[in-house]
Amino acid sequence: MSSVSGKRVDSEVQGGVTEAEGPQLMSWDSKTRRFVVVYIPLVIFLIVLLFPFYWMGVTTFKPDNELLDFKNNNPFWVTSPTLANIKKLLFDTDYGHWLVTTMFVAIGSTFLSIFASVLAAYAIQRLRFKGSDYVGLAIYAAYLVPPSILFIPLAQVVFQLGLYDTSFALILTYPTFLVPFCTWLLIGYFKSIPYELEECALIDGASRLQILRRITLPLAVPGLISAGIFAFTLSWNEFIYALAFISSTENKTVPVAILTELVSGDVYHWGALMAGALLGSLPVAIFYMFFVEYYVSSLTGAVKE
Amino acid sequence: MDASTWVAKRTPPNALARLFDYKPFLIAVCLFPALGLLLAFLTYPLGLGIYLSFTDTQIGGNGKWVGLENFIDLMEDPIFLQSVWWTFVYTAIATIGKFALGLWLALLLNDNIPFKSAIRAIILLPYIVPTVLSAIAFWWIYDPQFSIISYVVVDQLGLRDKYYDFLGEPWPARWSLIVANIWRGIPFVAITLLAGLQTISPSLYEAAMLDGASPWQRFRRITAPLLMPILAIVMTFSVLFTFTDFQLVYAITRGGPINATHLMATLAFQRGIPAGQLGEGAAIAVAMIPFLVFATLFSYYALGNRKWQQGSDND
Repeated sequence: MSSVSGKRVDSEVQGGVTEAEGPQLMSWDSKTRRFVVVYIPLVIFLIVLLFPFYWMGVTTFKPDNELLDFKNNNPFWVTSPTLANIKKLLFDTDYGHWLVTTMFVAIGSTFLSIFASVLAAYAIQRLRFKGSDYVGLAIYAAYLVPPSILFIPLAQVVFQLGLYDTSFALILTYPTFLVPFCTWLLIGYFKSIPYELEECALIDGASRLQILRRITLPLAVPGLISAGIFAFTLSWNEFIYALAFISSTENKTVPVAILTELVSGDVYHWGALMAGALLGSLPVAIFYMFFVEYYVSSLTGAVKE
Repeated sequence: MDASTWVAKRTPPNALARLFDYKPFLIAVCLFPALGLLLAFLTYPLGLGIYLSFTDTQIGGNGKWVGLENFIDLMEDPIFLQSVWWTFVYTAIATIGKFALGLWLALLLNDNIPFKSAIRAIILLPYIVPTVLSAIAFWWIYDPQFSIISYVVVDQLGLRDKYYDFLGEPWPARWSLIVANIWRGIPFVAITLLAGLQTISPSLYEAAMLDGASPWQRFRRITAPLLMPILAIVMTFSVLFTFTDFQLVYAITRGGPINATHLMATLAFQRGIPAGQLGEGAAIAVAMIPFLVFATLFSYYALGNRKWQQGSDND
């Protein structure tokens, strides 16, 4: 390392880990350097990642003449905002219906999945039986089977069960990707709860189910919330099953309906389409804002497990 | 008080309660909902899909066994072969892009920056919002007449004199889809890799800096090897879901122009559901399985490798 001069190492130390010692020690040189290598790329990342949402929002509130005329208007801004697009979406389409259906499907499949996952995770992690590791691995493997290869045979199963074009088709099929995810998340959570607590309860004469209800579940509430909100978001966003198993307009979920019902013919009503995209995204986005930390922990926890 | 007269007021457990304390029974009851759902709606359809791919089933009817005919037909179908090729190209380019940019973003976030948690929350938005809806926004951004990108490049910067025809030609359409996929994938990669970066002890970097290691050496010798296990898992998932992607392509191009952007999943849908050829659609979906099995095994060994590195026992 003889090629590295002392000065360079010095500026690295100041600009890097030990900056907490005080910014006044930082030389102007390392400050500019940090600005160029950290802040500028970061700002570009943020702009690129957020631009489609901004564009969605701006388009939603644009009147038609501004929307299709870039020459006389600045396209990045709305000079005379209008609610016409949102009004069209809310009153001229079945948006309310779609919203209620999506809610119903998301809540139903979330509860079903959490119920199944809690019991399965408890059996695998706490009851411990011969081969429980393999059952856990099998459930994990189920997560690797993507909906894209299942929807055709599932369409036939749904048809034969007489559930075609009903919300129950979705509530029963969404757990195929929710249960593996939630089970793995909850196994991780149960692992973090000291087993001694359960042993004490066993000695005091509690039954296994009492232990699950009175001790393990209350302690696993953060894990349950993580799994629940993630399952809710995944169901809300699901597309391919909802596209394949639902055919009538009023039974569609929001993402499918926006794409299939608002696009008619060759003329795209971009204002209404963007309003639909915005209003379809807002519920999850707001929901997300309340639970950011849970999302991050479940996302990273599931990968780390 | 005579302690010996005290009797515990415990109701004797009835037969049902005893049954629920019988461990094998309890295990069976606990596993039943999850395994029942998965067997009925995942394992059975998976088998049914493989069976269907050997039949000429159409929607609403029972097909008859045709052996390998579907697969032989597909091997001679240029649209199918093109979709296989494009699925691999799409997965490869999008994965490289996602991981290069996602790792970069994770490294930026791992630096001590202000408002870190707020920025992290904002970055996850593309991942949280329904993919189809953001795909519609991309569709609008890629509009031939009113694309904002064309507006900036042509009208504002004057770098070109013609608007881009993003989705009208095969290659521009393909690149447009890859860009949208990378955009959608960066947050997941960045946030999970950031979690991996945060588990690396800062004392390792301090020791390396005392020894005079350059930033590149620190990345190469400390960050990269310690990040590798989590990177392998995240990449497996990412590859798997990019390979079987459906929503972005269906929403933005529907496989067009002239079938140039059909992924195997969208082609399977088009043949299977709207056209009603369940057997042929199932055959296309089944053709994806060998790749998925390979990715699953890769993931399994990556997981095993990680446990070995941590020196933890098999749990």
